[in-house]
Amino acid sequence: MQALVCIAAGALLLPLSAAAQEPPPLPAGLGQGAEAALPAGADQSPAAPTAATSLAQLQRYGFIETRLGRRLRDAAGQKDSSLGEVRLQLGLSGGNERGQLSLVSDFVYDPVLDRHGLDLDTGQGWLDLRELSLLAHPAGAADVKIGRQILTWGTGDLLFINDLFPKDWNAFMIGRDEDYLKAPSDAVKLSLYGRSLNLDLVYMPVFDGDRFIDGARLYYFNPQSGAVVGREQMLEVARRDAVWRDDEVALRAYRLLGAREIAAYYYRGYWKSPAGFAAAVADGPGRAIFPRLAVYGASLRTPLGGGIAYAEVGLYDSLDDGDGDDGLINNSEWRFLLGYERELAPAFTGALQFYRESMRHYRAYKNSLPGGAAVRVRDRDVLTLRLTRQLLNQTLTLSLFNFWSPADDDGYLRLRATYQAGDSWRWEIGANLFHGQRDATFFGQLRDNSNAFAALRFSF
Amino acid sequence: MRNHFLPLALSLLMAAGAQAAEMTAQEIVDRANRAAYYQGADGRASVHMQITDGQGRQRNRHFTLLRRNNPGPGGGGQKFYLYFHSPADVRKTAFMVWKHIDSDDDRWMYLPALDLVKRIAASDERTSFIGSHFFYEDVSGRTPAEDRHELLEQTADYYVIRSTPKQPQAVEFAHYKNWIHKTSFIPVKSEYFDGDGRIYRTYQALQVEVIEGFATVIRASISDTRIGGHTTLGYSNVDYNLDIAEAIFTERYLRNPPRQYLR
Repeated sequence: MQALVCIAAGALLLPLSAAAQEPPPLPAGLGQGAEAALPAGADQSPAAPTAATSLAQLQRYGFIETRLGRRLRDAAGQKDSSLGEVRLQLGLSGGNERGQLSLVSDFVYDPVLDRHGLDLDTGQGWLDLRELSLLAHPAGAADVKIGRQILTWGTGDLLFINDLFPKDWNAFMIGRDEDYLKAPSDAVKLSLYGRSLNLDLVYMPVFDGDRFIDGARLYYFNPQSGAVVGREQMLEVARRDAVWRDDEVALRAYRLLGAREIAAYYYRGYWKSPAGFAAAVADGPGRAIFPRLAVYGASLRTPLGGGIAYAEVGLYDSLDDGDGDDGLINNSEWRFLLGYERELAPAFTGALQFYRESMRHYRAYKNSLPGGAAVRVRDRDVLTLRLTRQLLNQTLTLSLFNFWSPADDDGYLRLRATYQAGDSWRWEIGANLFHGQRDATFFGQLRDNSNAFAALRFSF
Repeated sequence: MRNHFLPLALSLLMAAGAQAAEMTAQEIVDRANRAAYYQGADGRASVHMQITDGQGRQRNRHFTLLRRNNPGPGGGGQKFYLYFHSPADVRKTAFMVWKHIDSDDDRWMYLPALDLVKRIAASDERTSFIGSHFFYEDVSGRTPAEDRHELLEQTADYYVIRSTPKQPQAVEFAHYKNWIHKTSFIPVKSEYFDGDGRIYRTYQALQVEVIEGFATVIRASISDTRIGGHTTLGYSNVDYNLDIAEAIFTERYLRNPPRQYLR
C-alpha cells in the first residue's frame, strides 16, 4: 500500500520536475530593451551622499500588554498574585544628522502593589519614564547623550561585573519582559572615538540605585531580623539623593584587536543595592545604606571554536570598609566571569558561564560578625546554563536559563516560551523557580517567590 | 556626450559577450557572484520582506541594508549593517556582519531596549535569515569555491550551471542548478535538489533594474516545499558608491544608527 502511494506521488512529481527544466522567463528589466538601456545609466555620476539636515519625521510606536502571574508556593503575608498589570508603552523619536530626541514612557496599571505613589526613580506608580534623551554629535569623533537613558556595557549574560548601571531585580524575577531588567539612568554620556581607543564617560549627578528587592513584591532575607520577610517588614533604606554630592562616574575604554574586543572599566559611586546598615541608633537598628564603592575592571570577548568566548574581571573596593572589619558593610570583593556560547544545532544555541565573587578580607569579615550571625562563604560561585531553541520559522522561541550556586546550594531557573503571531501579537508564558535550603543565601531567600506568568502584547 | 558614449559602451558590451562564450563554468559563477553581491564599492538599499508561511499567514520586515566591500585585491570580505524599521518588536534593532571568506563571519546585534551590544555566535550559514525562507548565505553570498561547477548548457539568454558541494555533509542540498543571465550575469533562477533528485527550494529574480549602471535585482522570491510558503524581497531606494565610511560598521553606529543612510 505504502509502495503504491510512493509510486503515485512519484508519477505526480515527474511532470513537475520536467517542467522545471525549462529555462525561466527573463525577469522584468532583463529583456532586450532593458539591455540596450544598460549603458545609458553608466555615465551617471554616483549619487553623492545627501548631506541633508532636514528634520526627519517623528516616529511614533509602542505596545500595550497585559501580564498576569501567580505564586507557586503558599504565600503567607504576600498576595497570591505575583504580577497583574496592564502596560502601555509609547515611544517617540525624531531628529536629523545633528541630533535625535527619544522619548519612551510606560503607563502602568498594577493592582498587586500597595503603594501607588509616583516615583520616577523606582518606577513605582502609574508612570515609568524609560527614556527622555537628546543625542548630539558635537564633533566628528564624539557623541553626547543627555537625559534619561538605558545604559549597558560588559560581556556577561544576566551576570554583571563592570556594568554598574541600575537593574530592576523585581521586574526580572516576577516575569516582566527581559528588557525591564535594565532600569534607566539620569546621565550624561560622552563618547569619544579615536584611532586606537574609544572612550565612554558617563556622569550621573545623583545616584541611580537598583530597583532592589525590598519585600514589597518579593520575600527577602532581612539580616537584622535574621528571617525571610515580606510586605510586613519592608527594607527601610537611607536614600542617596543629594544632587552633585551623591553622584556616580562610570568609564569605559575599549577597542577591537582584530576580531577580539578588549575593554577596561572604572566606576566610582555606591553599591547599587543596599550593602550595609547604618550603625545602630537610639531608636533601634539602623536603616540599610548604599556604602561607597569603586570598581576597577577589564573584559575580553572573542570568537573561539565556532562560538563566542568572554572573560571579565572586577575589583570591588568597598571604600567604607577598606579593611573588611566592619560587620555592617559589605567586604571588598574580586569578581570573575568566564563564558562561552555557541550554536549546538541549527536554531539551537547553548551557553555556559562560570562566575565567582571572592571576599578580599575574609578573616576580618568573620571576626567582625556578631555571634550567631549567618556566615557567608568566602567564594560564592555561580554556574549558569542557557539553552535557546527557535521553532516554526523563528516564531516560537523556547528558552531556559539556570543559575546554580554549588557552595550556597541554591539556584534560580528561568523558563520562557514566546510565540510571535503575525507582526503585532506576541504571546509569552514563563516561570521563575527559586530553590535553596538556607534563608540567608542569595537565591535561597527567594524560594517562596517562585511564580509562573502569561502575557499578551500588541505592538504598533 | 551621451550619444557618443552609448555606441562605445555597446561595443564594449558585445566584446565582453563574445569573450564570455569562452568562459569556464567557474568563471561564469565568479562573475555571477560579483554581479549579485559585490556591485560597486558599497551600496545601500531599503528592503521590504514579506514572509508567507505554509498556511498563507504573512509577516513583514522592513530594514535598511548597508554594504561595503573590503578594499584591496583578492579579498572578498565585506561588511554589512542592517537597521530594522519594522515590525514593532524589532524596531531600531541593528545587526552587523563582517563577512570573511576563509573563516567564520563576525556578527553583532544591538538591542535598543537594553542598550545591549550582543555578539552572536557564528551559525550554520544555511539557516533561516530572520525567520524568512532566505538563508544567511542567500543574503551575503555563498562562496563560489565551496562548490564544483559544471556548465550544463547555454540557452539564448542563460548559462545553465550545475553546482555540487565539495563538502556534502555541510549542506542540506545534493546539488543546485543556476540560470545565469548571459549579459548581466545576474542569477535569475536557482533550484535546489535533495538526494532523491527532487526540487525542494527555488529562488527566482522577479524584476531587475539598471541602477547607476549596475543591473540590480529589485524583486526576488524563495519558496521551500519542506517548510511550505515563500518569502518575497523588494529592494527600493538603491544607491551605489555612496562612499560609506568603514567606521559605520562599528559599535558606535550600532548604538547610534547612521541617520544619513537610513532614510
